[in-house]
Amino acid sequence: MTEPLVAAHALTKTFGDFVAVDAVDFEVRPGEVFGFLGPNGAGKSSTMKMIGAVSPLSGGTLRVLGLDPGTDGPEIRSRLGVVPQEDNLDHELTVYENLLIYGRYFGLPRKVIDERVTELLEFAQLQDRRQSTVEPLSGGMKRRLTIARGLINQPELLLLDEPTTGLDPQARHLLWDRLYRLKQEGVTQIITTHYMDEAEQLCDRLVIMDGGKIVAEGSPASLIAQYSTREVLELRFPVGTEDRGVGRIGDLAARVEELPDRVLLYTDDADAAAESVAARGIVPESTVTRRSTLEDVFLRLTGRRLVD
Amino acid sequence: MALTSLRVVEYGARVYRRTWRGSVISTFLNPVLFLLAMGVGLGTLVDEGSGGATIDLPYLTFLAPGLLAATAMQTAAGDSSYPVMAGIKWRKTYEAALATPIGVGDLVLGHLGWVGIRLVFVTGVYAVIMTLFGATTLWQGLLSIPPAVLTGLAFAAPVTAYTARLKQETGLSNMFRFGIVPLFLFSGTFFPVEQLPDAIEPLAYATPLWHGVSLCRGLALGLDFTVHPLLSAAYLAAWMVAGGLLAHRFMRRRLVV
Repeated sequence: MTEPLVAAHALTKTFGDFVAVDAVDFEVRPGEVFGFLGPNGAGKSSTMKMIGAVSPLSGGTLRVLGLDPGTDGPEIRSRLGVVPQEDNLDHELTVYENLLIYGRYFGLPRKVIDERVTELLEFAQLQDRRQSTVEPLSGGMKRRLTIARGLINQPELLLLDEPTTGLDPQARHLLWDRLYRLKQEGVTQIITTHYMDEAEQLCDRLVIMDGGKIVAEGSPASLIAQYSTREVLELRFPVGTEDRGVGRIGDLAARVEELPDRVLLYTDDADAAAESVAARGIVPESTVTRRSTLEDVFLRLTGRRLVD
Repeated sequence: MALTSLRVVEYGARVYRRTWRGSVISTFLNPVLFLLAMGVGLGTLVDEGSGGATIDLPYLTFLAPGLLAATAMQTAAGDSSYPVMAGIKWRKTYEAALATPIGVGDLVLGHLGWVGIRLVFVTGVYAVIMTLFGATTLWQGLLSIPPAVLTGLAFAAPVTAYTARLKQETGLSNMFRFGIVPLFLFSGTFFPVEQLPDAIEPLAYATPLWHGVSLCRGLALGLDFTVHPLLSAAYLAAWMVAGGLLAHRFMRRRLVV
């Protein structure tokens, strides 16, 4: 097997007494899209910053591209592409100048940068905006420019920290399409997200993080198979309904979950379960049958409590 | 590191190419306005009054080289405060740079390098205007540019360090209010510090600006120095180096977490 691009063992990050990343182990293989999925404050961004060789480790070991981020930071960073969570483009400069400056930071000659800029602007669908300053660009355009900027050094590994947070659906789908193309070109990617659909769309393999720890690891399909059932039957009741018949349907599903407005039955055949529910005289306001998603896995593992 | 720092200097130049219009007017206009109002306007009163006897020079001549040093200080403080805060906190352009092979040392050195280039331009313009006002000869005016640039850097470095520690921007306006403006007024720019109360006078000699003014005035006007010029230059250099080291340390603490 080829050597992993990133290998972490007991990787830890603390800020004072607060443990942001708590002794996690993971490996990222060449060519794959690897995801960190987790609620806010799970330790995803801290992990990404350590991989990006900008944040020192507090404990454990980490190898990135076979190198040690503690001693080979500049060398590692010269081979990475980074798309940060918060846009940090230079708003006073033009689209072209943002790419040029970044290319210069990598020590690339002007001629090489100019060639790549043309390709990258096409890739990011920003050809018409080359001479525009960054300020007036839409959120989606700024994100695409940030991704283009992260590709100026033709990185072996691209780090994307919540790449589509705050974007509208059209902009998200365009971005997913671009990231998928990069994957096909063989660019290894590490993505953090709290969007389940994004993780399902993009990631070959992912870990779910909660409270600084990895709570599950696998492909989206295997995680669903392991932690959920194939399908879900949702029974909706008006809030305050006294008898929702929960005591009488326990045997119909692998797991039953009660929420204020709904009862969820995790089962391999939601339609059959729905028929049985009806046969037992339970009449919900409405029923929904659907496939299990990563969201079900996520909520099961990280709970439904609100993280502020 | 030196070579990678140049990339940060280049960045400064590129941003300036976009934003120079905002500052270029004041670069040319401020010296003209100050020399007209204080040098010519107020100067006529001073020269006709008892001031002429105290400073033994036309007031305009006395004032101009001091203002040169003070202008360098203000330019450097301006360039090392709000723009640095923007890089760290508002726009996070430093964070973007640190994701590349650029390190914190490159950011600090590159920033100070670019401020140095800006200072050469600003003080150069000033020196030429000063000669046009007849305050000094062109040759002597140009001679006072290097000490003026050094004066600016002696402020740019510690101001960068100070800014790197600030969480809120109010600290910046306080720095100008309680630091830069009093220095501007009381460091021998407008009147000899011998005029200050005896208790305060030694304080003036401790300020880097006084040494900058002393160097610029001495070189531009060919006067004798009260403090040996090399000592003044070394004092300014010490502020620059110590400020630079602190800036590196604070910036690192702030950005590499």
